[in-house]
Amino acid sequence: MLKMRGPVGPEGSGVVCECDDVFLTEVQRVVSVYKERPEDLVQALHDVQSLRNYLPREALRVVARTLDVPESRVYGVATFYSMFSTSPRGRHIIRICESAPCHVAGAAEIINSLLNELGVEMGGTTSDGIFTVETSSCLGVCGVAPAIMIDDTVYGNLVSEDLPAVLRRYR
Amino acid sequence: MSDITLTIDGKSVCASPEMTILEAARTVGIKIPTLCWHEDLGSPSVCRVCVVEIEGQNTLQPACSYPVSQGMTVRTNTPRVRNARRMAIELLLAHHPDDCLSCQRNLKCELQQLAADFGIREIRFERVSRKIPRDESTPSLVRDADKCINCRRCIEACEKIQGVAVLSTVNRGFDSVVLPAFGDDLDSVVCVLCGQCTLACPTGAIVERDDTGRVWDALADPNMHVVVQTAPAIRASLGEELGLPAGSIVTGKLVAALRKIGFDRVFDTDFAADLTIMEEGHELLDRIQKGNAPLPLLTSCSPGWINFVERFYPDLLPHVSTCKSPQQMFGAVAKTYYAERADIDPARIFVVSIMPCTAKKYECQRPEMRSSGFQDVDAVLTTRELGRMIREIGIDFDSLPEEEYDAPMGISTGAGAIFGATGGVMEAALRTVYAVVTGRELSEDGLEFHDVRGLEGIKEAEVDLEGATVRVAIAHGLGNARKVMETIRTGEAPWQFVEIMCCPGGCVGGGGQPIGTVMSSRAERGQALYEVDREMPLRESHKNPAVLALYQEFLDWPLSERSHELLHTHYTPKKS
Amino acid sequence: MEFYRAHVLVCGGFPCVAAGCRAVRGEIERSVKEHGLEREVRIVETGCLGPCDLGPIVVVYPEGTVYSRVSVDDVSEIVGEHLMKGRPVRRLEYTERLPSVSQADHKRPDYFGIQERIVLENVGLIDPDSIEEYIARDGYLGAGMALTSMSPDEVISAIKASGLRGRGGAAFPTGVKLGFTARVEADQKYIICNADEGEPGTFKDRLILEGDPHKVIEGMIILGYSVGATMGYIYIRGEYYLSIERIERAIAEARRYGLLGHDLFGSGFSFDIEVKKGAGAYVCGEETALIESMEGKRGEPRQKPPYPGTCGLWGKPTVVNNVETIANVPPIVRNGADWFRQFGTPTSPGTKVYTLTGDVNNKGLIEVPMGITLREVIYGVGGGIPGGRRFKMAQTGGTAGGCLSETHLDIPMDYESLQETGSALGSGALLIIDDSHCVVDIACALLRFFEHESCGQCTPCREGTRRLHDIFRKTRELAATEKDLKLARELAGVMQASSLCALGQSVAVPLFTIMDHYADEIEAHLEGRCPAGVCRPNPANADESAYETLQAGNGIR
Repeated sequence: MLKMRGPVGPEGSGVVCECDDVFLTEVQRVVSVYKERPEDLVQALHDVQSLRNYLPREALRVVARTLDVPESRVYGVATFYSMFSTSPRGRHIIRICESAPCHVAGAAEIINSLLNELGVEMGGTTSDGIFTVETSSCLGVCGVAPAIMIDDTVYGNLVSEDLPAVLRRYR
Repeated sequence: MSDITLTIDGKSVCASPEMTILEAARTVGIKIPTLCWHEDLGSPSVCRVCVVEIEGQNTLQPACSYPVSQGMTVRTNTPRVRNARRMAIELLLAHHPDDCLSCQRNLKCELQQLAADFGIREIRFERVSRKIPRDESTPSLVRDADKCINCRRCIEACEKIQGVAVLSTVNRGFDSVVLPAFGDDLDSVVCVLCGQCTLACPTGAIVERDDTGRVWDALADPNMHVVVQTAPAIRASLGEELGLPAGSIVTGKLVAALRKIGFDRVFDTDFAADLTIMEEGHELLDRIQKGNAPLPLLTSCSPGWINFVERFYPDLLPHVSTCKSPQQMFGAVAKTYYAERADIDPARIFVVSIMPCTAKKYECQRPEMRSSGFQDVDAVLTTRELGRMIREIGIDFDSLPEEEYDAPMGISTGAGAIFGATGGVMEAALRTVYAVVTGRELSEDGLEFHDVRGLEGIKEAEVDLEGATVRVAIAHGLGNARKVMETIRTGEAPWQFVEIMCCPGGCVGGGGQPIGTVMSSRAERGQALYEVDREMPLRESHKNPAVLALYQEFLDWPLSERSHELLHTHYTPKKS
Repeated sequence: MEFYRAHVLVCGGFPCVAAGCRAVRGEIERSVKEHGLEREVRIVETGCLGPCDLGPIVVVYPEGTVYSRVSVDDVSEIVGEHLMKGRPVRRLEYTERLPSVSQADHKRPDYFGIQERIVLENVGLIDPDSIEEYIARDGYLGAGMALTSMSPDEVISAIKASGLRGRGGAAFPTGVKLGFTARVEADQKYIICNADEGEPGTFKDRLILEGDPHKVIEGMIILGYSVGATMGYIYIRGEYYLSIERIERAIAEARRYGLLGHDLFGSGFSFDIEVKKGAGAYVCGEETALIESMEGKRGEPRQKPPYPGTCGLWGKPTVVNNVETIANVPPIVRNGADWFRQFGTPTSPGTKVYTLTGDVNNKGLIEVPMGITLREVIYGVGGGIPGGRRFKMAQTGGTAGGCLSETHLDIPMDYESLQETGSALGSGALLIIDDSHCVVDIACALLRFFEHESCGQCTPCREGTRRLHDIFRKTRELAATEKDLKLARELAGVMQASSLCALGQSVAVPLFTIMDHYADEIEAHLEGRCPAGVCRPNPANADESAYETLQAGNGIR
């Protein structure tokens, strides 16, 4: 068991991550195609994150070693892109667009209802570990704003009343 | 390429086409303010303090990186330029603590200087703190991320110059800050504690750990016999710390100031450097003749370099000389031989080192460094800390009469002095190895091995020892060291002996040297050490009478059992 | 290809997928089979058909009947009535029709009629997964012509002559850009297709990639040939899962057909394409940030010069073009510059793909000639503002674009005219805002975005985006003073003048246009009033939008 020490703010603070050997072997397998290819760091992080929905530090170490990139840079890149998370997240990631087109279409009300429904704050994970809610820049589905994206599926033209039914599919 | 002409502030300027606007402006005495730019570390172009107006461009451009071109018209003093610069400074100040008066970099901070130069009187934005705890995890460095202004100079120094890459910008936008991987403390990442980041940092975000308090306490303790040793490079750099020109040789004033501070004995690490040459020179010959250990032999004087090998090249540790560094040989001898001769209980001896180095603070605490039965060296002060002690008690350094080191451990040769410059250990070793192998004396001219001098990143030379040829290499700066180590790892390195110094320029460019250290000042300090060498009556380590007496009275001969016990050690791999 | 008497196109654009088109398609397949029509009726999932808020959309050819908001329950009627009996289901019919190719030059003041389709000529009409269908519509003809009968210089000349300008936002003449890179001597050059479409309100590139991926591939081949680049990359937003899937399939198909790889068209020219995924950073739409990201680093823009055209990916000359720009290239090569110039205006030739969002009846994707007015777009194509509300503001070009007020409704939408208003065409996003919204609240939403997306590299943008957001939050809380707004203006001006890249430089564009055009409304906030009734003082949490605060005040939260 490894304790994740969070650097700044709420990220990773005190959350415990289980990085067993089986998992790290899996990480090694996933990143081996990028061996000594520092230019593929972003792609490698995508692949690693797909295993557990976040990037545990031991996994980032494996990435650093395999791609031959300093750990500091791996961490710098992992904390730059909003799709990556260095702290544990739920099984499903709900992304909500807060950009102007969604804002105009009433995204604030959807956000409010969603957080209420799930009982979490923005950026938080539900106590059952099923959902993590994150804000996102434009999801590119403004034609059906307001929209949310759960993993790779978009739900558009939402009104608050639609939410329970949408969420039920993932529970 | 032929020169081009441009206009800066109405002045016609002749410049070479590779120049930046900043460089061209300097040639005609126009000083453009800078912050993230550093003459050795490049132009990240991120602080936007050096912006200028270029005719035909909608936006202001950074002078530090913008190339000059034929017919270009530049204005460095317009309301738009001044406003942009002032705003950048004001924004930085609003995201920076306002504890300048108690900051270690007070009066030596580039941000503070800019705020003063621009006459910033009001900060119109609410001050915001990053609330990141101070990292005091190592004996060498203290990192205060709250003071980071995201100039990235430390990243450049650590990654490009040293090839260690401990630091990176993490997070994005307003939350961006420079941190080690995972936001960890320095003691749990691959930091070698070289302190080059402290020289790169324009503010107080990374500084040396201040040990002056501990030294003052020891000096004030009547039961303690406090001895001090001064590293070779200090005599060529302390002057700068105290306002003298770069490369000023201040050996005698240094000794006088240390006596004024109250040290009981003022000794010289140069003595221990001569001792190191005796041990290391014989170790080299031993390895060549007996073939009992791998070649090339790698020097071991530089503690940042040792940290580096342990972390990055543990497989090559057998190549590293078993000799302790001069600082540690000094400590071990001071608390045994000197204690015995002076009839002082070694428990009462407090050894202080004045070093150009932050890694030495770590080295003296290593468990391997207690062969006297005590911690061999008790406290390490950097050039900067000694400067502060001298200023604190109001010594008028420039007008101090010169004084001599104490005997016996203050007696040294020119070979010891040049340890502080890249190639110096090699040159000192060659002088002695030549004499030992050939049994002959080198001429005055022959003493100087010019091939191993200078600031080229990696130097190679072949030395003829009357028939036998020794091939050597010298690297300084860990980025260069890495290249050498990769060659050695292939097993195809042609050298028998390799000198590696962690810091660019060697110890004259160490991480504990005065703020403002750049390549040109490193060069001048190196030259100063060669001048010290030339002025010394004795220039070969094996001729140091105090060292010879030490062998005669105490150690017997180089590589003797007692030498091994006190002066040699083994390092162990560290997880990288 | 086999012959079918009818084609049923089910829009597979992302918005329609979001609206449930997959279920509808499944039901159509089931029903068609049930009626024994599988040999007569072909079902095709297409790229975006345009009117995204009306999905799921189903079109039946040859009649060209458009059904909107089709539910699973409607399917049996469509199949039973229309496909079996040839009687279109009037109650589901969208009153306008999709254009056939022959109708493309025929202007009508309705949703589809006003449009000219160059970029989107195939989107919605072909199966994006079928290279045969693309080829059947003259696909790869342009590339074939270029590689076999034109010199690289001739290709560049044709693109120069067409007057095509970059459609990603900067509007730089494409031919000139190609000319720079063509002249540079290098052992390797690259073509990058910028599909990191992150501009809020913009989803055209996604729909082009998803609807007509081969067109992008073909455009890249032509560009590669023109400058001597043998390798191309498509950098796509990580969130665009479907785009990535479609383009990767299309690349594999093109390779299988010998349209990517060695010695294309027997010309001796080789070219291949690889897809790189982004990971969530708006700033990576900036070409040098994109290049940094492709090199496996933080997506931080580089100080220019040097420009990518001479020193780009791995230090090699690199042409970076937006998806839409690239999609214009094959038709230009195929039909010639003169043909292209008949659309649009003399200085802004061609068409522009816009994505219409916000308070407008018809949201979605449209391609119209350059130079039509905002009024024509909103009240013509856009079908006006819902609920009988008044137009208040339009933001053109995405978050970094300027805001236009009622007085600008009749300004032609082309590069020059918009520039005069302090705005820009930008990425083609058109956000329509009605009078129920407060401009201060809108400004907060825009500034929150910039704060979130600033890369953090240069001082003015890293620090400034946060400070501007702070000031406007304070204004929304009715707590700001004149001094605050003066500082905001000064700060935004400095950011515009001295930020390292376009992100920081362009924050001032929406901010200044809002502050200039709606000065009275903002002024009212300093006096404690929000004329639109949106902003409230003393919120519980400064991070929440005024709307949330209002909800909280009503005890809903």
